[in-house]
Amino acid sequence: MTGSETTVPWLTILAVLPLVGAAVVLLLPKGTAIAKQVTLGFSLVALAVSIAMAAKFDVEGGFQFVEQYNWIDSFGAHYAVGLDGLGLLLVLLTTILTPVVILASWYDSDGGRWSANTFFGWILVLEGLSIGVFAATDVFLFYVLFEATLIPIYFLIGGFGGPRRSYAAVKFLLYSLFGGLLMLASVVGLYVASAGNDGGPSYLLEDLMSTDIGTTTGRWLFLGFFIAFAVKAPMWPVHTWLPDAASEATPGTSVLLVSVLDKIGTFGMMRFCLNIFPEASRWATPVVITLAVISVIYGALLAIGQQDIRRLIAYTSVSHFGFIVLGIFAMTSQGQTGAAFYMFNHGLSTAALFLVTGFLVSRRGSKMIDDYGGVEKVAPVLAGTFLLAGLSSLSLPGLSPFVSEFLVLAGTFTVSIPAAVIATLGIVLAALYILYMYQRTMTGPLHPATELLPDLRAREVAALAPLLLLIVVLGLFPKPALDALNPTVDRLLQQVGVEDPQPTVASAETGS
Amino acid sequence: MMSQSTVLATVLAAASFDKPTIAYGRLSPLLVVFGIALVGVVVEAFAPRERRYVIQTALALLGLGVSLLAVIGVGLDLKTNNDGASRGSVEAMGAIAVDGPSLFIWGTLLVFSLICVLLFAERHLEGGITAFAGQAAALPGTEAEREASSRGIEHTEVFPLMMFAIGGMMLFASANDLLTMFVALEVLSLPLYLLCGLARRRRLISQESALKYFLLGAFSSAFFLYGIALVYGFAGSFRLGEIDTAVSSTVGGSSLLLAGMALMAVGLLFKVSAAPFHAWTPDVYQGAPTAVTAFMAACTKVAAFGALLRVFYVALGGVRWDWQPMMWVIAALTMAIGSVIAITQTDIKRMLAYSSIAHAGFLITGFVGAQQGIEVAGQQISSLQAVMFYLVAYGFTTIGAFAVVTVVRDAGGETTHLSRWAGLGREAPVVAGVFAFFLLAFAGIPLTSGFTSKWAVFTSAWAGGAWPLVVVAVLMSVVAAFFYVRVIVVMFFSEPVGDGPTVAVPSILTSITITVGAAMTLILGVVPQPVFDLARTAGEFIR
Repeated sequence: MTGSETTVPWLTILAVLPLVGAAVVLLLPKGTAIAKQVTLGFSLVALAVSIAMAAKFDVEGGFQFVEQYNWIDSFGAHYAVGLDGLGLLLVLLTTILTPVVILASWYDSDGGRWSANTFFGWILVLEGLSIGVFAATDVFLFYVLFEATLIPIYFLIGGFGGPRRSYAAVKFLLYSLFGGLLMLASVVGLYVASAGNDGGPSYLLEDLMSTDIGTTTGRWLFLGFFIAFAVKAPMWPVHTWLPDAASEATPGTSVLLVSVLDKIGTFGMMRFCLNIFPEASRWATPVVITLAVISVIYGALLAIGQQDIRRLIAYTSVSHFGFIVLGIFAMTSQGQTGAAFYMFNHGLSTAALFLVTGFLVSRRGSKMIDDYGGVEKVAPVLAGTFLLAGLSSLSLPGLSPFVSEFLVLAGTFTVSIPAAVIATLGIVLAALYILYMYQRTMTGPLHPATELLPDLRAREVAALAPLLLLIVVLGLFPKPALDALNPTVDRLLQQVGVEDPQPTVASAETGS
Repeated sequence: MMSQSTVLATVLAAASFDKPTIAYGRLSPLLVVFGIALVGVVVEAFAPRERRYVIQTALALLGLGVSLLAVIGVGLDLKTNNDGASRGSVEAMGAIAVDGPSLFIWGTLLVFSLICVLLFAERHLEGGITAFAGQAAALPGTEAEREASSRGIEHTEVFPLMMFAIGGMMLFASANDLLTMFVALEVLSLPLYLLCGLARRRRLISQESALKYFLLGAFSSAFFLYGIALVYGFAGSFRLGEIDTAVSSTVGGSSLLLAGMALMAVGLLFKVSAAPFHAWTPDVYQGAPTAVTAFMAACTKVAAFGALLRVFYVALGGVRWDWQPMMWVIAALTMAIGSVIAITQTDIKRMLAYSSIAHAGFLITGFVGAQQGIEVAGQQISSLQAVMFYLVAYGFTTIGAFAVVTVVRDAGGETTHLSRWAGLGREAPVVAGVFAFFLLAFAGIPLTSGFTSKWAVFTSAWAGGAWPLVVVAVLMSVVAAFFYVRVIVVMFFSEPVGDGPTVAVPSILTSITITVGAAMTLILGVVPQPVFDLARTAGEFIR
């Protein structure tokens, strides 16, 4: 792995900072606002550090901010971290969303069985671990952090939220553990496969990329990783935990779950499945593309039929994740660049949707669409932000999700016209589920119970503004993000051994 | 070299009486433990009743401490053998192997025992007396029992009994011939049977557990002994090394050997509580005083796996193609039964017992890989190292978990019914948090010792070709995770029923045990390398 060695361990600092914050917050007195302010402070410092790192980032420089130490020699495990364009984008997504979620969830944890300190402490723990996951370049380290993220999110879902949260938390945890342990079997298999190397067993990504894993073994091990990531993403048919978890958790937790944690699934497919098992990835492509297309359509159809706003958004995510996986396994540069950018955009647009509907639900106390009507008359700002968030989710041109969705479809079209055509139907359905929901809740005659609905407060606007701003800016000018992603994708395709069908333009530099 | 001297010894023994040579220095860890146990018996006879508790506790701690120092001393002095894979020597006329694995297991047993003694000595929780029956001979519910209890009598015999058990365990894991091993098995078992029946509260269930353990234990000992007899009939020797020679020089199968092997396996698998010989475990773990359960769960498992590995790797390594299929089935069965039946348990101690069964299955998974020192290259870990690491990790976690069980109480003593633990997370967040941490370690969540140890046994099993077993183990881990998580749900997310549980404040003794357990669970999860290095230094079994 090429890359400049840095003397200051920026990545470690960035990952540890929120963990330190969590420890501080847990020690602070309960029942005061200090804990919340300190939490917000720590998340903002982390955001500043990550922005500074992004400024230093050289798009052509391969892995950067690299740190590597031996950790457990007997296992061949290292503490190895580094960021490429993809990792950087997802770390930024994490550090952007965390302060937003903290601000948006300011009062969500009050009056529960557990103190607000616990809630905000877990959020910071989750942020730290997620940064570690996106930065890990050692499979063992990645696995450890991947599983460790389950603990904070489990307590966030199970401790705070709706009446069936305990059920949702356990369902989520068991699905994730099932996937995670299958991956464990594959991780163990990788150890045995790499034990024949000259340097002995090693979990470093670069060592594994050059390890010759037999075809059959490689396919089996690939399946272990892929199923774990498919559960995480989540793809049809292992998605059923998501609607429960996203609808029972607090809106902030749902954002962290869907926008950050679920990205680990698609991130893992790109970073680990494709890099370590290039042959098996090509082998699995037809099936994966089929599953992805099913996810796109199935998620969209179920979203249309939902009565519960939160479950509706959860199903839209199943559809969106279908697009992301489709882009990854199209194995074209546009498709993968689009998929990687899609991860970022989906994080922003879904976060905005979850938060604005969260504000709406907290005002009315119901998640059912039928309990609303004509809200735009009494709360125009809320309705406006809701519309913008919704439009970004349905990929309106001019907003950033459009760029990525277009790239994914263009990339798919060159390899499989049927898949691209069917997936394009997903866009039509997306318009349907978003606008239908908007129509039923925001327009029409005023529902009696929503007559006195207050509009968004300053804090809530402040939480939503950065997301909507980014969606608009990146929609009009996506070049910085695409520039950071293109080299990563090119290297990835080279490792998989696939070339684009014909040179096409994703941006100025592409066409390998 | 060794076999020459032993052959010589046999020849001489036939001709004339030979004065045995005993290397007292190398056997000093064993001798100290047995010596202190005997002193403890004398103390019971002569010291005034009110002083016994202090004297016995001090003696036990001192004895275990000195023995641990002796282990370190012997370990530093261990010589590497010609084959390069093993270190140490066979002592006591071929009866005891003082090799690297023996010393590793001795050290492990002694450390576990040290923190278990603290649990035995805890007097805060029962209002100034230990958790053991005042007078075991007094029938439950009689005047004699009430009198014993009102006079504040306590059984300090538990300390010498424990020391005998520890001595037996150490001998069991290091025995180099089958007869010594059998004697050691009895020396470790008999005190345990007694200890199980000595609970101060809920004495009937405690005595029932002792009786069940005794009957089934005696039954399995008989199997073990019969197996030894058959193997002797095949090999003409009790020595593990000579059995290995006989096994290797035989072409084709021998029904005598196979039958003997199977019967010995029954005896050993009973002790590690592997299915289908696990039936005693839940009853005994539930009925025995919790301190004794902790001691059994950690130490018996260590000793029994030490013996199991020694017998099957050293004496029967040559016929591993014959015993591996059997062990595959047993490993899968043990994991499945332990994990699946644990789901339906409503008593914490029984649940931990089934968890212990499931963990025995994971350990056997590591054992069947049978990757020995010569077959693994470079930094790869051998099966023996993986299993020894697992034993260390599991022991600390399990002792810690049972120690937590002793402090969750209501008016009737320890309250082990799961429903009574509801709301514990609110009542005592630290205790519940620590217990949740132990449960996560049992479930094998990363950053706990449960993960690194599972990882170690899985890799050694996979490297030994047992990857289907690894897949089964992984699936069973998910099932097992379900019931560990269920306890966490009950503790943190359920509303308490009635008054809710209370957490008694223990003395410094139990606190130390819980702290050590939790700290080691974390340390072995994050920086396990030193223990792996130690296990590597220990090398393989001497032959």
